[in-house]
Amino acid sequence: MNARPSSSRVDTAFQASLVLAGLGVATVLAGVAWEVLSLSGEALSKGGIGFLTGTTWDPVAEEFGALPALYGTLVTSAVALLIAVPLGIGSAVFLSEMATSRVATVVGVLVDLLAAIPSVIYGLWGLFVLAPLLREHVQPAVQAAFGSLPIFAGPPLGVGYGTAGLLLAIMVIPVITSVSREVLRAVPDTQREAAYALGATPFEVIKGTVFPFARSGLVGAVVLGLGRALGETMAVTMVIGNRYDISASLFAPGYTLAAVIANEFAEAFSPRYLSALAGLAVVLLGTTLILNAGARLLVRRVKGAA
Amino acid sequence: MRMDAAEPAVRLPASPRLRWRRFVNRAFRVAVFGAVIVVLAPLVAILGTVISRGAPALDWDFLTSLPKPVGETGGGVGHAILGTLILAFGGLLMAVPLGVPAGVFLASDRMPRLGGVVRMCADVLAGVPSIVVGLFAYTLLVLPFKHFSALAGAFALAVIMLPTIARTTEEVVRLVPSTLTEAALALGAPRWRVMLRVVLPSAGKGVAAGIIAAFSRGAGETAPLMFTAFGSQFLSLSPLQPIAALPLVLFNYAVSPYDDWYAQAWAAALVLAVLVLAGNVVARFAMARRSP
Repeated sequence: MNARPSSSRVDTAFQASLVLAGLGVATVLAGVAWEVLSLSGEALSKGGIGFLTGTTWDPVAEEFGALPALYGTLVTSAVALLIAVPLGIGSAVFLSEMATSRVATVVGVLVDLLAAIPSVIYGLWGLFVLAPLLREHVQPAVQAAFGSLPIFAGPPLGVGYGTAGLLLAIMVIPVITSVSREVLRAVPDTQREAAYALGATPFEVIKGTVFPFARSGLVGAVVLGLGRALGETMAVTMVIGNRYDISASLFAPGYTLAAVIANEFAEAFSPRYLSALAGLAVVLLGTTLILNAGARLLVRRVKGAA
Repeated sequence: MRMDAAEPAVRLPASPRLRWRRFVNRAFRVAVFGAVIVVLAPLVAILGTVISRGAPALDWDFLTSLPKPVGETGGGVGHAILGTLILAFGGLLMAVPLGVPAGVFLASDRMPRLGGVVRMCADVLAGVPSIVVGLFAYTLLVLPFKHFSALAGAFALAVIMLPTIARTTEEVVRLVPSTLTEAALALGAPRWRVMLRVVLPSAGKGVAAGIIAAFSRGAGETAPLMFTAFGSQFLSLSPLQPIAALPLVLFNYAVSPYDDWYAQAWAAALVLAVLVLAGNVVARFAMARRSP
């Protein structure tokens, strides 16, 4: 009985240290936001809204406009989602609704491996395999068929918005697939059984009862994929073409927020320049934070409801 | 769930409507199966290229020696392999003492509201672009000291590893049966002792798996190291000096104008892929065999 008071005091201290560790994680997130925001203060306050809408990036004249990089980030991510959403959700349907459990395990491991490949290796492959392939075979063929459309205009360079979007699609598919698979698994079997009992075909079961139940979770999976696409740096930096410009053609070279920071940060020669690059990071961080928080809530709602 | 229905005992002639529904169903199956093939094709293509182009340039000399000047053949990435190991272990050294207790806190559910906030923060932190994490480490540890350092690089990797460690720890601690905890508490053991002597040992493999997964994720990161660890041509062990890292070398060689360096970039990619994917597979096995 003597040990009791002291051991309960140890207990309190132990619990307190756990709480502190939890708060530590929250502090790190707050620290990231705070440091980046304060470093960018000068550029954002001087540039104001013009920082977002300006199209010139001239470090020597200290004129900084983020629009072309923001445009590049949005276009490459949109291309990526257009390709990755049907393929990613399709694969998730296969894994959760069709495959035997052994096949699902093997395919699941392979998809996870795809997610584990470092992005710089994706970039290397994109630069030396994918880009030449697109330049020599795919882009000329597309131009021969649809050359009059402005989104396929210009010389086939191999690098550019389209190539970056395609590479990003390969990188975000594993994210979309694994989250969608979890969401689909959370749909109760009673839903499916009821529909089968009414004589529905497997396709009708999935379309009519599984998807409606899982909808917000699937949206969450897509948004998590979008978050990864927006923030991806290395692979995009290697295949985007690095030209600070806005063009409608998917074959044209461009730039993204993350790629500008990666290429220029180590060489930023003035505080104003540094602050402008941090401003790009704020735009990037703000977008991904909002998307991620929203997506997590959507996924949790489906998994919580099941 | 299997999709083929059993053959009916009596076959009625199918109506056009039913035939259409069966056709749509079959088309859907083909489309979904096709999606899986298209998704897995890049994995084969990427790993195949990395092995076929990387293997020829890979030998003992490449793994152990320092880079040679442009124009001279030979040279290796020994400094970068060592640098990556130092950075990743350094990152773990900072992330584990914070991440594991944070995960235990999340699993304990003793303060559900604060727990929810912390869990959200960990998830959102996992989604912060890695280049922004690099910027954070730069303002905290490079700007004040006025030079790049291994310490700043390891810190950036720690921030990236932290959410993985916290969330996997939470997951595996939750899997420890409550009967085990209750039995220990019923014997009069205080909570901290139950946690350290009963819960963590039985969740140990899972926690280790989370740490290995975080290690391999950190070892493959490039963007957060570009303006923290920065890279170096020499063998460096000092935490306050710039240090080389395999992903940085790979990137610099890939965007260089020299054919000789392209070959080395592929070989570096092979080494990096083996390091990262091996860590991933080991973590997965440890997770699969964790105690129920």
